Amino acid sequence: MNSLSLQRIRGLLRKEFLQIWRDPSALAIAFVLPAALLLLFGYGVSLDARKVDLALVVQTPSPLASSFTSQFADSPYFISHPYSSIQAAEHDMTARTVKGIVWLPSDFSRRARSRGQAPIAVIVNGVDANNARLIEGYVQQVWGTWLTAQIRHSPPLLSVQTLIRFNPSVNSRNYLVPGLIAVIMTLTGALLTALVIAREWERGTMEALIVTRVYIHEILLAKLVPYFVLGMGGMAASVALAVGLFEVPLRGSFWVLATASALFMLTALGMGLLISSFARNQFVAGQIAIIVTFLPAFILSGFVFDIHSMPDMVQFVTHIVAARYLVAILQSVFLAGDVWSVILPNGAALLVMAVIFLGLARAMARKRLD
Amino acid sequence: MWRQVFALIVKELLAVLRDQKSRMVLIGPPLIQLMIFGYAATFDLNQVPMAIYNKDHSAPSRELVARFEGAPTFHRVATLTQSQSLDALIDSRKVAMVLVIDERFTHDLLTHQSARVQVIVDGRNSNTAMLIAGYSNIILNDFSQSWGSSHGAAPIPAVLDLRARYNPTLSSQWFIVPGIVALLTQVVTLLVVGLSVARERETGTFDQLLVTPMRPIDILLGKGFPGLLIGILEASVIIGAAVGWFDIPLRGGFIALYLGLFLFVIAVTGIGLMISSLVLTQQQALLGVFLFMVPSIILSGFATPIENMPDWLQTLTAINPMRYILVIVRSVFLEGATLSTLQAQYFPMALIALFTLTAAGWLFRKRTN
Amino acid sequence: MPTPPDLEWALRLEEVSRSFRIGERVVKAVDQVTASATSGAITGLIGPDGAGKTTLMRLIAGLLRPDSGHITLFDIDVGKNPMAAQARLGYMPQRFGLYDELSVQENLDLYADLQGVPIALRAERYAELLHMTGLGPFTARMAGHLSGGMKQKLGLACTLVHPPELLLLDEPTVGVDPVSRRELWHIIEDLTHSTQMTVLFSTSYLDEAERCDSVWLIHEGQLLGSGPPASFTAEMTGRSFLASSALSRRRLQGRLAQTPGMIDALIQGDGVRVTTTVAVPPNASIVAPDIPDLSFLPVPPRFEDSFVARLRTRVSEPQSASPALSPTEKPIPSSKTADIISVEHLTRRFGEFVAVNDVSFRIAKGEIFGLLGANGAGKSTTFRMLCGLLPASSGSLQVAGFDLRTAAAQARERIGYMAQKFSLYGDLSVYQNLRFFSSAYRLSGKTQKTRIDWAVEEFGLASMLKDTARDLPLGYKQRLALACALMHEPDILFLDEPTSGVDPLARRDFWHRINQLAESGVTILVTTHFMEEAEYCDRLIIMAQGNVLSTGEPEAIKAAARTPENPDPRMEDAFISIVEATSTRIPAQ
Repeated sequence: MNSLSLQRIRGLLRKEFLQIWRDPSALAIAFVLPAALLLLFGYGVSLDARKVDLALVVQTPSPLASSFTSQFADSPYFISHPYSSIQAAEHDMTARTVKGIVWLPSDFSRRARSRGQAPIAVIVNGVDANNARLIEGYVQQVWGTWLTAQIRHSPPLLSVQTLIRFNPSVNSRNYLVPGLIAVIMTLTGALLTALVIAREWERGTMEALIVTRVYIHEILLAKLVPYFVLGMGGMAASVALAVGLFEVPLRGSFWVLATASALFMLTALGMGLLISSFARNQFVAGQIAIIVTFLPAFILSGFVFDIHSMPDMVQFVTHIVAARYLVAILQSVFLAGDVWSVILPNGAALLVMAVIFLGLARAMARKRLD
Repeated sequence: MWRQVFALIVKELLAVLRDQKSRMVLIGPPLIQLMIFGYAATFDLNQVPMAIYNKDHSAPSRELVARFEGAPTFHRVATLTQSQSLDALIDSRKVAMVLVIDERFTHDLLTHQSARVQVIVDGRNSNTAMLIAGYSNIILNDFSQSWGSSHGAAPIPAVLDLRARYNPTLSSQWFIVPGIVALLTQVVTLLVVGLSVARERETGTFDQLLVTPMRPIDILLGKGFPGLLIGILEASVIIGAAVGWFDIPLRGGFIALYLGLFLFVIAVTGIGLMISSLVLTQQQALLGVFLFMVPSIILSGFATPIENMPDWLQTLTAINPMRYILVIVRSVFLEGATLSTLQAQYFPMALIALFTLTAAGWLFRKRTN
Repeated sequence: MPTPPDLEWALRLEEVSRSFRIGERVVKAVDQVTASATSGAITGLIGPDGAGKTTLMRLIAGLLRPDSGHITLFDIDVGKNPMAAQARLGYMPQRFGLYDELSVQENLDLYADLQGVPIALRAERYAELLHMTGLGPFTARMAGHLSGGMKQKLGLACTLVHPPELLLLDEPTVGVDPVSRRELWHIIEDLTHSTQMTVLFSTSYLDEAERCDSVWLIHEGQLLGSGPPASFTAEMTGRSFLASSALSRRRLQGRLAQTPGMIDALIQGDGVRVTTTVAVPPNASIVAPDIPDLSFLPVPPRFEDSFVARLRTRVSEPQSASPALSPTEKPIPSSKTADIISVEHLTRRFGEFVAVNDVSFRIAKGEIFGLLGANGAGKSTTFRMLCGLLPASSGSLQVAGFDLRTAAAQARERIGYMAQKFSLYGDLSVYQNLRFFSSAYRLSGKTQKTRIDWAVEEFGLASMLKDTARDLPLGYKQRLALACALMHEPDILFLDEPTSGVDPLARRDFWHRINQLAESGVTILVTTHFMEEAEYCDRLIIMAQGNVLSTGEPEAIKAAARTPENPDPRMEDAFISIVEATSTRIPAQ
């Protein structure tokens, strides 16, 4: 017997494609779920603080004070609300109607003119630490601008020029949406594949299949190809949505994107096949897939949370999260272009992961039930 | 009637606790999530790899460099001697930021012309970029103030005095971990309640239950109460871990916290019962739980502020119970909020709870008849 | 590829064992089985659920490896070279291994591709198979939309698309109506005659043994015996009798079952079929001097008698854990005038599909009433409507004077319900199950304790009170389920497929209890697809495609099927003749 028969592969492939085509749930996971997730994230998730409600407490109005406060009115980051007492402002911050307070104490103008270095208190609600930090950063910018204007006669000691590469408008959507594509591909690759094979075990069709003359690698191959096509289709749709609807720039080449995604897809499929080799019902397969593939891709890939900021131990663990490498490539290819120094090492890592997981899936697959 | 409901509650609890798989759902995944979220989900900058390109080689510029090197936020991984490699370093993500000090830096400082410094940041992660820019500014401002005062420069008219209320070190963990209390309480309650009827339908015991003299409302109560109990218990365990393991301060009172949790778990139990009434298999129940959970977490303010969403989406979050409990848990933990300051959170959640329970009751009756 | 002529056996098992770990227990699914199957013959692998049939099938198919022992298929060691073995066998698993989303033709194509059937030979082979299975008109239909019987035939066709030398069929007749079952047997018999194919056929229906050339009888993983079915019945020659007397058959059965020297007593027709320990006709005046005009008539032995006899020698436990309710405990309602259940023109539709069509019947107090039919006949739907689990589309039904749909909880206190597959809370212990169900039926305090004690005593559950219900043997699950349904001493007992899969002893034990309950005045409504069980009913209805085909006493129904060729028809023969006479067999949509 031939160990790789075209006739058997063709038969299995036709079966898989017919099943996908006739089973709405597979198409839903491959296309509707990605679109829904992209929309949800595209609109629902933004780290950019815009139009922050800010209390401006000016206890003793003066021209100097109003020159400072008027800067906030011009800033796109803030909606300023004038207060005359710090107590009222603090009360409103506790009630969450304002997120931060800029307080010019009663002796502000006097001190500024006499000794200088008059303190301006910036009080933020630190509960949302990240947001608080962003607000502090914005207030600093406003203060810097004001300072430059104030001491025009004697220039500031430092002239700082901050250049944000690749995303000058600092729009968080531009970095979240590309990373999301990796999460979505994890869903189609690992979760869908694991579920579909588990379903074959549940229904007893796998049992009938493996006692025929088919070889186990033929079964794996016939699962790999259709879900690869489906996953890449989902990827293409996600990219189209990212570029078309959310206007994320695609500065690198589509082919680099496609190749890296293809390598990742193989890894994800390998994980899906591996999970299905020991989880033989959809319930267990689904739970395992979510915990070992989806959650890490979400949290440990650098998609939202920067890997550099994680504790060393966790950083070390992220090396086995395949999504990490794809996220790195995606963020670069979308925002920076074909940066080979990012693409090549991460691509190589993906290749290694794909080989490992597909190899493991092959090694674990048996033409037996035990 | 109460005796029957009580028997059902006891049975539900036994069924959950005696089954190894169910026990795992209650203990394993929450623990993993607590650890992953507690440690990995952080926006705090730590040891950001940076490069320094100091074209000026005198004491003041070295002092500035030393300030960056001494900051725990930054970690210098490269020192440049020419500008060519700068782009490559950023492009390849070897560094997230490059500090460029002009060759006339000291000269300009001493002659009171603005000394030029460039901060070049990798913007591929826009949030990190903003934070790096903010940190750099703080260091640069400190430098210029201390240099100015020691060199007799005219003092600047005003300085910023930054203070953060409730979380003085602005630690992400203080923000995320109380959020996990709400998150995991929701996950566990939904799984326990959402799957319980489906499991009985699968094993056929549900019919057996329906032919007993128990009324649908008794069954509903008996199914809902264990979720409530387990949800509150799960929340308590995670609160314990937040305080004991992650050292998050718990400044408010238990009453304010548990009133919120109680209303939240009731609302979530209602949602779980709705899912339970609609589905036939545990598979579908799991899918239903997943479909509800993902949007409810993303649109809750768990990781990103609701204020940043488009207005129409902000309006939509008003029906998300998770939104309110997050405010309650975080403000009780960090702000020491009291019952009266949280009224605006309790009432909408109570309304949602009332609605989900009524809807669940209606659906349940409709589906069992 | 003909079988080498010098081999008279196609399959040989030598001391094959296989165990599984379930939680902390190790279960010996197959225990030291040594057997062989003759080439070109049909070998039946017979045993109740959980006997190890599927494990054995999977071992032979190379899907599982034996812990010890050897399986030889022709000249191939299956454990060492499963691929070579698989090239020569065809295996149809339970549920037939079909892809629901694929059409009949596409399923055939898939298996033809996988089995390497050359394209040129396919047209002819397909025509042959479609003709044989009668699936010709349905090639474009999705497999998921076929009826159970058609799925079974398609599964068989897929397995046969490349003719195997050994055909393994794992419980192909489960959940299939008697007509399809008979058709399947014809197909298989034709196959073995025309192609010399060897067939191993597993089943839990003991009556199918008699159609096999040879039988392997297994129970709890062990081979109880093997050989031609005649050799099994031969041991029982002269030990089977039909007892009859003026006493009601149920009471007679109850008496004879307790009589020493009797290993089996079973209601059949108007009398009681008994099997004795020795081949001597029982003497009526010694066995039961108090029963007037008791007579014993010799009858031919059956395969089941031999199984029961073998089991009796293994199991020391008496047939019933306790004498239970003695017939005099509760006065028997002398007049069966009051109808406790009445159903008039009951109809239930699901969209376009009519599951139950204009069904009417009445059940008197203390009657055992059967709903007989194959899967999909509408008996479960009828049953669920009676229990108040499903609303009727039209028609009326009254149970104990109430419509359970609208009746208050009090009405439901009067019924007991035992669901299919003995639905218990698998995670709870035996005691916790009893406690929960008694509370659900509003028992409390002393009453509750008394009833739980009663159930433990009556059903012999004392030694396993702390055991988790899921891990109980099937027979005990059935006992516990019945105990739970009886906690509140209901007037009416609904039993849905109460004996499916359990071994003959557990089945007898169960019916013994049911008879006693009926004697004490409890009305019993039972659904079953076991035609033989219809014998236990006072009256029954036969359903197919949602319609009632026949109503009446079992004897009358059987009598209607009497023909010159078949003077003593079994219930299954009667069923088939009724179905064929009505001849409205439309393939399910």
